Amino acid sequence: MKRKTLFITAAVVLVAAFLVGTLVYQSRKADSAQALARQALLVRDHAPTVGPAEAKVHIVEFLDPACETCRSFYPFVKRMMAANPGKIRVSVRYAPFHSNSDYVVKVLEATRKQGKYWEALEALLAAQPSWAPNHSPQPDLVWRHLAGLGLDLERVRQDMDAPDIARVVAQDIADAKALNVTKTPEFFVNGQPMPSFGYEQLTTLVNDALATAYR
Amino acid sequence: MATNPFVNDETPIRGHAQELGWNLVFVCWLTATSSTLGALFFSEVMDLPPCVLCWYQRIFIFPLALLLPFGLFPFDPKVVRYALPLSVVGWSIAFFHVLLTYGVIPESIRPCTQGVPCALNPIEWFGFVSIPLLSLVAFSVINALLLVTHYKVPQ
Repeated sequence: MKRKTLFITAAVVLVAAFLVGTLVYQSRKADSAQALARQALLVRDHAPTVGPAEAKVHIVEFLDPACETCRSFYPFVKRMMAANPGKIRVSVRYAPFHSNSDYVVKVLEATRKQGKYWEALEALLAAQPSWAPNHSPQPDLVWRHLAGLGLDLERVRQDMDAPDIARVVAQDIADAKALNVTKTPEFFVNGQPMPSFGYEQLTTLVNDALATAYR
Repeated sequence: MATNPFVNDETPIRGHAQELGWNLVFVCWLTATSSTLGALFFSEVMDLPPCVLCWYQRIFIFPLALLLPFGLFPFDPKVVRYALPLSVVGWSIAFFHVLLTYGVIPESIRPCTQGVPCALNPIEWFGFVSIPLLSLVAFSVINALLLVTHYKVPQ
């Protein structure tokens, strides 16, 4: 009788282990499929990217040019890139949540056509308090801050309404929505979002990704 | 029913051997069943297609999972006679397969070039554990325990 109990228990344990293993394996597979799907939404060819293509740590930032926190994170991310030369690249996606932010985004995308994107972004972020006082971007005030960059501003004005720019902005907004980005800046490091918001969390996430990618 | 203490299974020495034999065959069954479920996990859950040599090994391990319990209830040491041939043949195939995956046997005598290559290692745990090695270990355990059962337990 004792032997029968032992045998049946063993059989049940083995089959249960098989079933649990199946469930675990399949949920992991679903997770990685989900991560892949998220990666497809995160990494778009159209996104302006800085840093070498072979860098193994890819930070995707959803940014609103009128957002103050994006402004303060910008030099922080730049410092992280400088501290790990060649290992980090950063892509900018747009989440223009402030009203009129989409105007500024279109201006930025138009400066890209003249190869002055990063200069324009840095100039606008630096001057943010003057053209977006009290969180309300004033489209007309943007232009004067682009004056010193050697841009053909007349062409920027024409290009900013180009259909390809509208498509980029629409795509970014759609992806931000699908990825549940509700505040800016939102950072994804190799597909991983920050567990909670903060400089510390971003640093940890980037350091972990660096440690995994370059061990 | 009157019982003769000298032929009764419950006499201390004979009972002890029987106990040992049952435990040995039980462990063989555990090994065979784990291997069977493991093989099914690899092919059905992880979607790793079994190569030809894997199929031959499966032919010799799957029946053991079903056959051995018949030798356990009631315990019949003669089960070794039916189980050992299967596990010996399975062991030989697993041994050949291991030599193949670890490159001991040269490419030219590889029997399976079509379908899934047998020398392909879809899993590698701790750098050296492959599926054929797991199979070889399982067959070795079963062979060894069945042989002990054969020589230590009076039939």
